[in-house]
Amino acid sequence: MVNLATLALSAGSLLATAEEEGHGVELSDGGLLAQYAWLMVVLPFVAALFITLYGKRTPRGGAWIAVGTVGFVLVYGLVLLISHWATPIAHTENINIATIGQFDIEWGVVVDGLSIMMFFVVGAIATASFTYAVSYMEGDIRETAFWASFSLFAGAMLVLVSAANILQMLVGWELVGLASYLLIGHYWEEKENSSAAMKAFLVNKVADVGLIIGVLIPALIVGSFRFHDILGAAVEGNPGLVKYGFVIGLLLFIGAMGKSAQFPFHVWLPDAMAGPTPVSALMHAATMVTAGVYLLGRMFPFYNSVAIDVLPIVMWIGGITMLIAGLLAIVQDDIKRVLAYSTVSQLGYMVAAMGAGAYTAGLFHLFTHAFFKSLLFLGAGSVIHAVHSNNMSDMGGLRKYMPTTFWTFGIGSLALAGFPLLAGFFSKDEVLASLNYASSHGTPSATFVMWIGIVTAFITAFYMARAVFLTFFGEYKGDPAHEPHESPRLMTVPLQALAVGAIVAGYFNVPGIFTPFTDWLSGREFAPGDHHAESFDIFVLVLGSLAGLIGIAIGYSFFFADGESQEARDRRFRLPGPIHTLLVNKYYIDDFYMLIVNFIKRPLANAANWLNGLIDAAVSGTGILMSVLGKFVYEGLDQRGIDASINAIGGGTGEAGGALRYIQTGKVQQYAAVLFIGVLLLAVGFFIVTSR
Amino acid sequence: MTIAQFAILGGLLFSVGVYGVLVRRNAVLVLLSVELMMTAVNINLVAFGRFYDNISGQIFSLFVIAVAAAEVGIGLAIVLLIFRNRSSANVDELDLLRW
Repeated sequence: MVNLATLALSAGSLLATAEEEGHGVELSDGGLLAQYAWLMVVLPFVAALFITLYGKRTPRGGAWIAVGTVGFVLVYGLVLLISHWATPIAHTENINIATIGQFDIEWGVVVDGLSIMMFFVVGAIATASFTYAVSYMEGDIRETAFWASFSLFAGAMLVLVSAANILQMLVGWELVGLASYLLIGHYWEEKENSSAAMKAFLVNKVADVGLIIGVLIPALIVGSFRFHDILGAAVEGNPGLVKYGFVIGLLLFIGAMGKSAQFPFHVWLPDAMAGPTPVSALMHAATMVTAGVYLLGRMFPFYNSVAIDVLPIVMWIGGITMLIAGLLAIVQDDIKRVLAYSTVSQLGYMVAAMGAGAYTAGLFHLFTHAFFKSLLFLGAGSVIHAVHSNNMSDMGGLRKYMPTTFWTFGIGSLALAGFPLLAGFFSKDEVLASLNYASSHGTPSATFVMWIGIVTAFITAFYMARAVFLTFFGEYKGDPAHEPHESPRLMTVPLQALAVGAIVAGYFNVPGIFTPFTDWLSGREFAPGDHHAESFDIFVLVLGSLAGLIGIAIGYSFFFADGESQEARDRRFRLPGPIHTLLVNKYYIDDFYMLIVNFIKRPLANAANWLNGLIDAAVSGTGILMSVLGKFVYEGLDQRGIDASINAIGGGTGEAGGALRYIQTGKVQQYAAVLFIGVLLLAVGFFIVTSR
Repeated sequence: MTIAQFAILGGLLFSVGVYGVLVRRNAVLVLLSVELMMTAVNINLVAFGRFYDNISGQIFSLFVIAVAAAEVGIGLAIVLLIFRNRSSANVDELDLLRW
């Protein structure tokens, strides 16, 4: 592969980008390596199709085929990333599928800094969670279906990430939604799980209404679906885009809010934990839910030029989301739900950073978060695997039984809590620093969001400390007959690999010292030219880290106390009654939605019923009319008319034949006599005619 | 000798042949009657050939004789086979193509 990379690099001719794009970075077309990037997108689909058709006859339901394809994506993504690091690549391939009016419907693969980063993240997290799932899903009732859907997801995510036009992105967007639906409802025997799948699907559909309108308006204005054309028009100040920029930006952001579980669309993500844990790790933590952030990143030049008024809204939505979701995580007993709310909260950070105009900071948090959050989910899965319960009240003391899971989960938690020098520390600090920067550069309200971020950092550290102490410290409170044990190597090795990622991922963007990540992301067309801190923002750095450390310390004081019973801890940690009730009931948002749904449901159902009756009547009327008409045609025209005449012709011919056949006597001499008479008559006739 | 005398001879001979074909029951005699009809035709051909001073009439009659010989050969062979199969050469009984 390395040889291929050098070959591709030497083959790729250098292209200089236009100077007005700000950076003047030399962009290469990436050569063969970029041209064949579509292989990454296609292979998972091939695997999904193969597993669907032959999975039942393949060992382990085709698990290793699925792992192989995502492993290929990882290797290819890594090689691309290294090449991109050496020489920035920006390459687009387009295939025309259909032309409708002035619009070309295309399938394209864009290979640039942003998509390469996502290829690598998807490849890395997918390889870890696929490998993990080989062991985790062993003996599952529907293993083949799981692998087919999981591979489908990998392919769909890569379609989304590699999209060169906004329509293809929409296709990928809906495909990941489909895979999410299939996998959340994997254990559909329980009504609760299939309802969760339905909920995720429907909430996303509501948000997708915004997305699809937001996709169509710019395409109608610019006359093309390509990002290249839309972003180009936006940067050049296309009057139509300037006029409708705010609306388009807001509609696209509504779509992003649905997929990235931003308030008020965040309600689906915690319920999505009904799916198998590797699914939660890959889709509902690292990749699919970051699609909204990716969309904002891809469209960032657009937001930064014509839709700049949307950005404060984006920032505030992110700020609100990070705080409310963080608070909810405190009262959860289900370990996966703690992580789910934590994911929503961290997505809030990314969105807030995007809203503050910090393209790099938001995507950097996406990058680091992918590692430590998928690590946490896989660790939680390992714990669940061992104690056969999702509830932390059934756990405790597991550090003695499962040391590898313990230390990897610990690293993940510290990284998430922003413990100094781990991945989350750098990225969270960068988000907060960019909010601080924005507050003094045109968006004063960013100060509030920055403080919300610091408070959330404290809350994050607190609930993660709670989760770690309740799970791994104290005494084992689960089923005494069933002693927990460490998971098999196939599950612990991905944990260890991700733990390494959770430590080192942060070092790829140390402000002012080592910033390859910033360079990766700016290696694209219409580079956003956002602000990059030249050094650490010491004020924010200290505050953010202190918030995290205090959170851990308070969590320790409440929940550590080795040997204490669960009840004793609960007595000691008690939020004031009303707040606790509010949090346990998730701010009654779900109930509020149900109220609206019920309010609309009855009139809608009645109206639909009435309309249905109308349609029924029309259909029945037509049916009766047709039946009468058919009867007339059959009996009157067909039977009495056509059939009768045909029968008469046949019968008449038969009768005539019957009557005339007696002429045929078989006697040669009679025939000869007739012949002679005939000739004689002809001769006489001839004679008469000629002699006249 | 006028042409009418030859024509009358031909007509009479032809009528005898027709009578034989229509009336005789033995297949051999039917064949012979056919020969008579051909002979009448030959007389006509030769007579008219001479009358119009055209040699082709005589030449054509030679062809007719040759064809008649061949025809009689085949006809007699058929009659012989019929006789062997049915021990009769009676034309009246050969009515297999009857309704």
